Amino acid sequence: MLGRTADSLYWMARYMERAENVARLLDVGLRMALIPSAKETRDSAWASTLEVAGGQEDFLQRHGEISRNHVIRYLTIDPENPSSIYSSLHAARENARALRGTITTEIWESLNSTWLEYRDLDEGGLHARGVRNLLDWVKERVNLFRGVANGTMLQDDSYNFVRLGWSLERGGNTARLLDSKYHILLPSVADVGGAVDYYQWGALLRSVSAFRAYHKIYSNVIVPRRVAELLIMRADMPRSLHACLNQITATLDELCGRRPFECRRLAGELHARIAYASMDAIFAMGLHEFLTEFIDRNSDLGTQIQRDFMMLA
Amino acid sequence: MTAFDEWYGTDRTPRDMIREIDRWLQAQPVEELGRKRDEANILFRRLGITFIVYGREGGTERLIPFDIVPRVFSAAEWRRLEEGSIQRVRALNMFLADIYSKQEIIRAGAVPSDLILANDFYQPQMVNFQPPGGLYTHVAGIDIVRTGETDFFVLEDNLRSPSGVSYMLENREVMMRLFPDLFATFPVAPVNHYPDDLLRNLRAVAPRGVDDPTVVVMTPGFYNSAYFEHAFLADQMGVELVEGRDLFVRDGVVYMRTTEGPRRVDVIYRRIDDEFIDPLAFRPDSMLGVPGLLSVYRSGRVAIANAMGTGVADDKSVYPYVPDIIRFYLDEEPILRNVPTYMLRKEEDRKYALEHLGELVTKEVHGAGGYGMLVGPAATKAEIEAYRARVLDDPANFISQPTLALSTCPTFVETGIAPRHVDLRPYVLGGDRFSLVPGGLTRVALVEGSLVVNSSQGGGTKDTWVLGQ
Repeated sequence: MLGRTADSLYWMARYMERAENVARLLDVGLRMALIPSAKETRDSAWASTLEVAGGQEDFLQRHGEISRNHVIRYLTIDPENPSSIYSSLHAARENARALRGTITTEIWESLNSTWLEYRDLDEGGLHARGVRNLLDWVKERVNLFRGVANGTMLQDDSYNFVRLGWSLERGGNTARLLDSKYHILLPSVADVGGAVDYYQWGALLRSVSAFRAYHKIYSNVIVPRRVAELLIMRADMPRSLHACLNQITATLDELCGRRPFECRRLAGELHARIAYASMDAIFAMGLHEFLTEFIDRNSDLGTQIQRDFMMLA
Repeated sequence: MTAFDEWYGTDRTPRDMIREIDRWLQAQPVEELGRKRDEANILFRRLGITFIVYGREGGTERLIPFDIVPRVFSAAEWRRLEEGSIQRVRALNMFLADIYSKQEIIRAGAVPSDLILANDFYQPQMVNFQPPGGLYTHVAGIDIVRTGETDFFVLEDNLRSPSGVSYMLENREVMMRLFPDLFATFPVAPVNHYPDDLLRNLRAVAPRGVDDPTVVVMTPGFYNSAYFEHAFLADQMGVELVEGRDLFVRDGVVYMRTTEGPRRVDVIYRRIDDEFIDPLAFRPDSMLGVPGLLSVYRSGRVAIANAMGTGVADDKSVYPYVPDIIRFYLDEEPILRNVPTYMLRKEEDRKYALEHLGELVTKEVHGAGGYGMLVGPAATKAEIEAYRARVLDDPANFISQPTLALSTCPTFVETGIAPRHVDLRPYVLGGDRFSLVPGGLTRVALVEGSLVVNSSQGGGTKDTWVLGQ
């Protein structure tokens, strides 16, 4: 396969995953905004939503101050924001367009019609439709994309590059989500285990579709340490770091074969850090420090994958 | 100016072969036709069959309107078009081989030497180089118009990288989906083996000693207006679609960058112009090409289709000489006629043309896509005067032709079924012999009375049928 084709497959998947992650992120923001709290707390919640999504500086330059509607607009339909859902769906579709000879018609059709429907959405349309409804629709369309890719693609290298794209993007996003919420979610020691904490951590869990799983696994109140454990270490949680790395290493095994690629070594190293981590050690090190390091290494791994396979001139 | 109608002739009754098809068409309620057309549009859009119109915001994507009423040729009509097109392309190939070697036609005085040697599209790098099999045009598109029952004219030869064949194939695909019964009733000759024929021909020109050649389609990239077609053809042939940056030259061989490392490339079906193909040999600012590609080509270690330097033979300034070119090399009379052409580089022609701009079609020698041309009868006085100024500025850059009454075909438009003007581009494939699939791209001017069929100017397309015996 052409290196450039692999690159487009990988980024097509990453951008679709990103669109979903922005939708999930905004969803958790909207849920948290429903919880009664002081104005400063609400504002700082929107600020952290922006921080995770990226582009906080750009946003402040253009809008001055952070407000709910501006953040929603910025993350959903703003074409100037490179990580808005709009930009992600557009980039995914442009990558797909460069892949017309590689991907199945079904994948193209699902991506293309998602884009065509989303493209014409303006602020009026957004609110008429309801932001939550739109976010659900985005998640649904990304699920459709994954389903179609799983169900129609020949399971060769091209499929592996798609899988790599989405697990890399997803791991990074889960880590960022957890990290930012960790800051704002512990307003005071008195609140730990209280009602506010329940709703806020609950919202985070829901945003990664882990609310029910949490209760099923722990049958206990929501506490940060368990949430972190669930989203970092549980291999059976589809959006956990461990699950993402399992997927990455397995996919790289297929792609590398016997070739001793640096990206496989990096992936193995990172996988071991997560799979054999202990929550005590993570909390001793500091969750924030641990997640920051993971995000950096995850992104280095992405760069190395491109270097090893995509031979871009 | 009354035009010949291909369904109803001049006496308004359906011609023999059309009678049954016409009966079918007349039996279709307008709502049903409208529904089918909407269905076709949905199919095209979902398949992403769009083209890019230049000029606005760096190019916007649009759908070429598709007309669901087919254009129909009889087997006998087709035979003549086929023979005529092949004759032209054969002669033009011999012409190319000649002007890049012995130049006999110039010495015989049949074509003025400055027209060839001073032509921007003449490639000195091709002199004394014989492409594999002596073949220059692996794919040629011949633009043909009709003015009467037996009157066909060639408007233009496209010998560089003619586009549009994907529409021929997709139009048929969509027609077969919408109207399966029609194809069961009428003996419509199939066209869908075109990619197979093309691939076979491309494999056949691979460098000597390569048993299982790697063929690629080379595109300028997905901002090109015909990108969809490049991807479509690569897909249909099952070969890689590459851009310049995917290829590189090392040790006199062309490679592509793959996830498995470098892989040798033997045949390049390129859909990128000569001047962009190799920044070392042509435009140094080209980001689309492959440095060193031309020298590999010249050493015979990669084949490029179409060959370099074919543009000199389809240039509008050479066009008026094509009938003589056919006579010179083949010693045959042209089967398809040329449109009489005034070359404004000649004083006599210029004088006539400038006096009659309002009746003629005037275009730039190197223009394409219907941009920058003047259709005299449809133009305002002011437009004509503005154009006159352009012509006077650089007369050698223009030619004029009489405005032809292009034939019409029934077309489904807002007001129902109505006649609209059409042209035709069949595709001649070059291999061990020249061949065509029975069909081509029919373009239709959807605006009433308009003679401009270009998609960039509001033209649409039709499925083109050749009926079997």
